[in-house]
Amino acid sequence: MNKIVEKEYFSDKVVRLVVENPMIAKSRKPGNFVILRVGEDGERFPLTIAGADPVRGTITLVVQIMGVSSSKLVALEVGDSITDLVGPLGKPTHISNIGTVLAAGGGVGVAPLLPIVEAFKKAGNKVITVIAARNKDLIILEDEIRKWSDEVIVMTDDGSYGRQGLVTAGMEEIIQREKVDECIVIGPAVMMKFASLLTKKYNIPTQASLNSIMVDGTGMCGACRVTVGGKTKFTCVDGPEFDAHQVDFDEMLMRLGGYIQEEKRATEIYSQKL
Amino acid sequence: MRSKTKNKDRMLIDRVKMPELAAVIRVKHQDREVNMGLELAQAQAEATRCMDCSNPTCIEGCPVSINIPKFIKYIEKGDILMAASTLKETNALPAVCGRVCPLEKQCESRCFYVDKLNKPSVAIGHLERFAADFERNSGASNIADTASPNGIKVATVGSGPAALSFAGDMVKYGYDVTVFEALHEIGGVLKYGIPEFRLPNSVVDFELENLRKMGVKFETNYIVGRTSSFDDLREEGYKGFFIASGAGLPRFMEIPGENFNGILSSNEYLTRVNLMGAATDEKDTPVLRGKNVAVIGGGNTAMDSVRTALRLGAQRAIIVYRRSEAEMPARVEEVKHAKEEGVEFMTLCNPLEYFADAKGRVSGMRLNRMGLGEPDASGRRRPMPIEGSEFELDVDLVVVAVGVSPNPLVPSCLPDLKVTKWGTIIVDEDKMQSSISEMFAGGDIVRGGATVILAMGDGRRAAENMHHYLQNKSIN
Repeated sequence: MNKIVEKEYFSDKVVRLVVENPMIAKSRKPGNFVILRVGEDGERFPLTIAGADPVRGTITLVVQIMGVSSSKLVALEVGDSITDLVGPLGKPTHISNIGTVLAAGGGVGVAPLLPIVEAFKKAGNKVITVIAARNKDLIILEDEIRKWSDEVIVMTDDGSYGRQGLVTAGMEEIIQREKVDECIVIGPAVMMKFASLLTKKYNIPTQASLNSIMVDGTGMCGACRVTVGGKTKFTCVDGPEFDAHQVDFDEMLMRLGGYIQEEKRATEIYSQKL
Repeated sequence: MRSKTKNKDRMLIDRVKMPELAAVIRVKHQDREVNMGLELAQAQAEATRCMDCSNPTCIEGCPVSINIPKFIKYIEKGDILMAASTLKETNALPAVCGRVCPLEKQCESRCFYVDKLNKPSVAIGHLERFAADFERNSGASNIADTASPNGIKVATVGSGPAALSFAGDMVKYGYDVTVFEALHEIGGVLKYGIPEFRLPNSVVDFELENLRKMGVKFETNYIVGRTSSFDDLREEGYKGFFIASGAGLPRFMEIPGENFNGILSSNEYLTRVNLMGAATDEKDTPVLRGKNVAVIGGGNTAMDSVRTALRLGAQRAIIVYRRSEAEMPARVEEVKHAKEEGVEFMTLCNPLEYFADAKGRVSGMRLNRMGLGEPDASGRRRPMPIEGSEFELDVDLVVVAVGVSPNPLVPSCLPDLKVTKWGTIIVDEDKMQSSISEMFAGGDIVRGGATVILAMGDGRRAAENMHHYLQNKSIN
């Protein structure tokens, strides 16, 4: 179980893995995530499930190399097994036939966005998707997103692909052009913060999928706590998606930096070992 | 054995002193046990104190009714392996209980010496640990007898003390038992909650191996209700479920600043250190360290947290507790060990607010002093803030250990399961049966945060009653 059956590099930093786990493949819904561990010394960390094939019994994970744990995961090859994998965790995305849905994905956030875009499209909505990244190399899953969207806008910070600009520019163009009934944003926390501020201006109900630090992922420890509407919620059991306009993104960004020194040190030691 | 020594001679022996690792040494090590264990001669001398009362009130004080005089007399006789067997008749995890039971409230409080002679009790806990450790170290394989397999499948949700004790009994009755655990390690609070310096994980693993040898099956990384549903398991043939998913939901005080970095629940802090080994460099999981650490709370979890902080390099490790020391629920031995190690006790103090530096890392807190008023619902005197008593304390790490609530995962998957407003599962107190007839429950998911031994008692009761329920069902 948990054997890697496919591995594909989208760029030198972003990798797609297809992993054997028939039970999670069957029980998972869009929006769910898993917690994994690589090696007996590994830490537990979350990844949103980017896709699943219940017939084949596999799930798809997309990981961006950031520090030690993501590097260890990406160092695995086809045929290797992930030491521990548990799921599906979190509340699934609430999908309904609401009209026009604006989906916005930043960087590797496009991977978990894909099954949600597919679900909204299958539910009968018009789906307009904006995918954005710093540069061309970091744009992923464009073809798959196009398959399930009525329209796709690609934005890059440096203009190396698609249009130059931030994701919010693409989003605002659509919002000003037509009525949007619901918005879903997934990406780096700072991207979600500004996307949310934008849609708040226009009163568009928006869901954001938060990427808080987690340890157990099952509601046990509170490491992933965020303030939503003035109340403390746990990203792993109350989320990972929340009403973006209620999320205290500044506090979330602060909490994401809680282990910066430890992360830096660990990455240094790990690179020296290689 | 009674005639071997006269009772009046037995009473002359002083209660044994458990050898303890010196405080200055032990604060440098997360993984060195404080209590080092008795030698054989010490154990036998202590066992001689026990007068094998014709009406042993000590047994009444034990939540799993261990035959205490019986195992103690085996120790006196020198037959330690038989003492261990006696323990195993009623207690699946004697090496655990001998270390973590609040004996001063249970068996030892009912000892004849305490009841009638106003002298220190027989050191029942130390003797229990001695017998269990002796058996483990002897290499003697002492697997209890099991009835012949009846082919009926039962499952536990969770792998903590309630589930393990249930599994041990059910496998003896002949059932096909699978323990399902959400985490990647078995043992629940025994592994993630109780530190190495109180309960080494190797001791827990030894007990788990015994259960495996008896035929209990374990599945990790498996969340019943999510990874697969209860209906899926029913389709696979499971006829009975014991829900023992614990009270692993942290409680916070909801005061300003509580979400600053460096403020952790005790669950998070202890899980990082005990389960994930964060104190050692070989393990990837980090833990935040502080020089001035405040732990809010007065129970065993607070003691575990504050003593862990010391071992992780704190210069000041402070317990902040809103009531007085007399009201602290922690084991007397833990408070004693904490004081020896240099933990400061700020009792009758309550946190009001936390402050942080520019990066959002906690840097201080504001507290006020409390007085004790009339008793509240728990029977303990109610703490009341003293006007104008506010003061500030520099802290760079805070652990919130003010209690835990039942984990909501399983109840959320079973809408028909009756739960209280606090999320605990409602059961018939004698049978441990829930509102869904093939589901029994026990441990903290029923009691809220309680003790290992009470969870084990629940597991035993649930096993006995589920056994009757399933036998009756198969007849009808």
